[in-house]
Amino acid sequence: MFGHFPLWPENASTNAGNVDALYIFLLMVSGIMTVLIFTVLTAFAVRYRKRKGQRAEQIEGSHQLEITWSIIPFCVMLVFFIWGAVIYFQERTPPQDATEVYTVAKQWMWKFEHREGQREINELHVPVGRDVKMIMTSQDVIHSFFVPAFRIKQDVLPGRYTTLWFHATKPGTYHLFCSQYCGTQHSGMVGWVVVMEPRDYEAWMSGGGNQPLAVTGQKLFSELGCVTCHRSDIQGRGPNLVGVFGKPVLLEDGRTVTADENYVRESILEPGAKIVKGFKPVMPTFQGQVSDEQLNALVAYVKSLAAPQSGRPANANGMAVAAPKP
Amino acid sequence: MDTSRAVVDEPAHESPALLHHFATKGQQKNAASLGMWVFLAQEVMFFGGMFCAYLVYRYKYFGDFGSASQQLSITLGTINTAVLICSSLTVVLGIRAIQLGKRMALVFWLIATMVLGLAFLGIKADEYAEKFERHHVPGASFSYHELLPGQMKLPAAERQYANPHHAEMFFSLYFALTGMHALHMVVGVGLFGFLAYMAWRGKYTADYYTPIENAGLYWHFVDVVWIYLFGLLYLIDRHR
Amino acid sequence: MAIADVSDSGERENYLNAGHGLKSWLLTVDHKRIALLYLISITFFFFIGGLFALLIRLELLTPAGDLVQADTYNKLFTMHGQVMVFFFLIPGVPAVLGNFLIPIMIGAKDLAFPRINLLSWYLFIIGGTLMIYTILNGGVDTGWTFYTPLSTEFLKTNVISAIVGIFFAGFSSILTGLNFIVTIHRMRAPGMTWNRLPLFVWAHYATSIIQILGTPVVAITLVLVALERLFHLGIFNPALGGDPLLFQHLFWFYSHPAVYIMILPGMGIVSEIVCCFSRKRIFGYRAMALAVLGIAVIGFLVWAHHMFVAGISIYAALIFSLLSYFVAVPSAIKVFNWTATMYKGSITYQTPMLYAFGFIGLFTIGGLTGLFLACLGMDVHVHDTYFVIAHFHYVMVGGMVIAYLGGMHFWWPKISGRMYPEGWGKLAALIVFIGFNLTFFPQFILGYMGMPRRYYAYPAEFQILNVLSTAGATILAVGYLLPMVYFLWSMRYGKPAPANPWNAAGLEWQTHSPPPTFNFDEQPVVTWEAYNYDQIDEIPETEEVRVGH
Repeated sequence: MFGHFPLWPENASTNAGNVDALYIFLLMVSGIMTVLIFTVLTAFAVRYRKRKGQRAEQIEGSHQLEITWSIIPFCVMLVFFIWGAVIYFQERTPPQDATEVYTVAKQWMWKFEHREGQREINELHVPVGRDVKMIMTSQDVIHSFFVPAFRIKQDVLPGRYTTLWFHATKPGTYHLFCSQYCGTQHSGMVGWVVVMEPRDYEAWMSGGGNQPLAVTGQKLFSELGCVTCHRSDIQGRGPNLVGVFGKPVLLEDGRTVTADENYVRESILEPGAKIVKGFKPVMPTFQGQVSDEQLNALVAYVKSLAAPQSGRPANANGMAVAAPKP
Repeated sequence: MDTSRAVVDEPAHESPALLHHFATKGQQKNAASLGMWVFLAQEVMFFGGMFCAYLVYRYKYFGDFGSASQQLSITLGTINTAVLICSSLTVVLGIRAIQLGKRMALVFWLIATMVLGLAFLGIKADEYAEKFERHHVPGASFSYHELLPGQMKLPAAERQYANPHHAEMFFSLYFALTGMHALHMVVGVGLFGFLAYMAWRGKYTADYYTPIENAGLYWHFVDVVWIYLFGLLYLIDRHR
Repeated sequence: MAIADVSDSGERENYLNAGHGLKSWLLTVDHKRIALLYLISITFFFFIGGLFALLIRLELLTPAGDLVQADTYNKLFTMHGQVMVFFFLIPGVPAVLGNFLIPIMIGAKDLAFPRINLLSWYLFIIGGTLMIYTILNGGVDTGWTFYTPLSTEFLKTNVISAIVGIFFAGFSSILTGLNFIVTIHRMRAPGMTWNRLPLFVWAHYATSIIQILGTPVVAITLVLVALERLFHLGIFNPALGGDPLLFQHLFWFYSHPAVYIMILPGMGIVSEIVCCFSRKRIFGYRAMALAVLGIAVIGFLVWAHHMFVAGISIYAALIFSLLSYFVAVPSAIKVFNWTATMYKGSITYQTPMLYAFGFIGLFTIGGLTGLFLACLGMDVHVHDTYFVIAHFHYVMVGGMVIAYLGGMHFWWPKISGRMYPEGWGKLAALIVFIGFNLTFFPQFILGYMGMPRRYYAYPAEFQILNVLSTAGATILAVGYLLPMVYFLWSMRYGKPAPANPWNAAGLEWQTHSPPPTFNFDEQPVVTWEAYNYDQIDEIPETEEVRVGH
């Protein structure tokens, strides 16, 4: 019964080790602080207990002490701040060539779609030793994607994408929890992250003839009529989308924004929000006509439209990258 | 003799207007004034939350808010602003009157303030009714098909319409802000009604008119809130 | 004129026997009676909230969700939070001990606005009634945090009645704060300068600033949520162009300073107790006063540390993390100063002092774990887990409730004219301390291991820590019930209390136990500094206690 009494989850990602190191540092400093204060309190309680004939000595205070025990703890806290900020910065900056998985959270399940087309519910298969980036949105309320073994968490919001990335280091099966209260079955919105050896992962991927997400997106792009205006030559009524993703875009009102996932999503659902310079605001909205999954496919497709001279495709998984012929 | 600050520090037993727990009338008056200022501070924070929401969405949905704002009647808004400013003037005239000991003049000015306040509310009701008719009241029957500011000058094919969701956001905040403001005005009018009655009964003298002063402070605050509302709700993007 | 050292409350007029009958209580404007009205009301809500807590802990004994249904559990933790925060912790010390003591401590006859004080209580009762209605009518399950769009679009429970109840409680809180600020500014007795104010008063002054500036923001935010539900507005609904993060910012803008509303009065209590039972002036009076003001001000600048993973920008997160470390500094100063006050003191260990020791220790742990949460990289892992629950229970229960109990014991003789039984007091304090730590310490571990908040079913490996926690909760419950029982017992059978049983400094001890309706026989004039224990202890305890003239 007492054989295995863990105090923290498994260390299964590059991030986990960093967070654990910080945790131990915080524990040590806090422990020392606590022991110090408890010891001094106990010592004073005993040493200065009321004794016959002895009076308390009135001490007004000490500016020096006040300053000392303000500045020193604050400096220690700055170390906490900086260390934590560095880890946070790393956690929130996904590497460039990460494998992407689109996530749609809904009450009360997790729907995953890999770029290669595999769909999963509540179970996420990922390869060990590779950067994986989750691009997540919610269909209804706010959820939160939490994998204790990776020490990573991100709220999943309706109406926009949030991202999270990790680099798994140990094959195994790890808890996935929803950690933002989301209604009746919040406790039941749990699942597993299955980290696999590369060979096992390849095997798993090739089972099931799913079509890659970007190809689904390409089909939608055609079916919904996007291709009519967003032509690959310059005469289209809409901007040419080849090579747009990830680059800055100059807008009519003078602002410059980066064409990230949220920008593409917004452009489909609320085209009037940001008009590209030199174009008229004539794009209709597709709000209500596309589901979150279809939006993911379209985003994946636009991403796949890398500029031709980049040599190899932006995504390393055998994606069709050439611009559609007019 | 300067009667503008006629505060006489009488010991408790000599002045019936003094409440039991205060040592002097000066202390009582200072406490009441500070109390009203503190109350107004929290009112600023109360409206502040809504102003914050408004500013966030105005920035986010710039054009759509401009469009929705143009659906408000700037004439009625301006008239209402003038009415409220006049009502603040009538309060001040009332305070001046009682400082000079003129009881009935005070009653008159208080009633004048109430009349102006009710006029404001009446005009507001008219504006609300118009919004209701045009289906600009947020909710199930909301419907909006208006141009963005400045679009009238363009050829028909190129005009752009405001996003109805964002226009609805403007109107949600419009009704929340002006509704909360109107509620405060109703309280104010009621308060002045009560004070007018007490004034008529002779409760206030040149020595003691603290409740009138504090009610006046409250009323001025409501006025200032309106001035900000008028600017933010009625006057944006009018130049286009 | 001297105060006779032995109470003669049997014959003498005091606030308790001046006027009998329900009407004399329900229409009172005496701040002391209003304080007792509040005492009864918040104790009632404390036990309701506590009952919900026990049900939660019972469910969590087993990994499966087998005691209550999922929806019921969601209602339990929601209402536990709402009742405890809005109907116990926020009003708690200010409405009971603050109301009772502040006028007396500053030498006044009453608060500045006695009728508004009574109005405050009635608003609280209206709010509380709406809360009871909410509970009885099927409950509410939004979480005490009301996050949108869940609370606006997806739940069918009694959200609006809960909101209106909380709104009334908030308005009650605002009026209490307003009353205290004006009272402290305008009603101090001759000679009671700002530098001579007891730290209890300073703490309530700082608390009142937060009450009046913060509460209105959550009030209007909840109003907007209610309007959104009623009229299907889209202010916080992404499907209609709204922003759920706007709700979170507005909500936390109050709800973070709210935790300082909860803790600062407790810190004020601890200062009074530590000084009295060490027989010493506080170490660093000015620093302590500035610290409470500093906590109040900086506390308004840190709210988004509740939102590090909510989707705010990295840069916003950096700023709020840094500011959160700033607010830790004045809190740390207070812990050091209390400890330093005991240096070369003459310490005795009556029940109030035991609670003060408990507070200092547990607040230290709670505060230090706050540093973990302010740390960005750490917070990502432990946010929305039991680590957070453990942290805030350490400061709110290990801090605030323990301080409250200490204050109730310390001033019970003054309030009731009776002594509580000291032996039982010490026993209850020990039981509370043990029960509390057993309940909440395991939750730090649970949190780091990854157990999320608001889960009624959990993986089996979390069970043993949950069992420990529930065991602690039952012990804690006993610790809370004991004072209820012996305080009530003491009102009939307790030893009559003298004016100053602790030989403490402070104007409240210079008047009778219980005090007369207008607090003092004669207007006090203050000619001595706060915590003048050197003067007090020079007088042998058999002589009369000096009263200013």
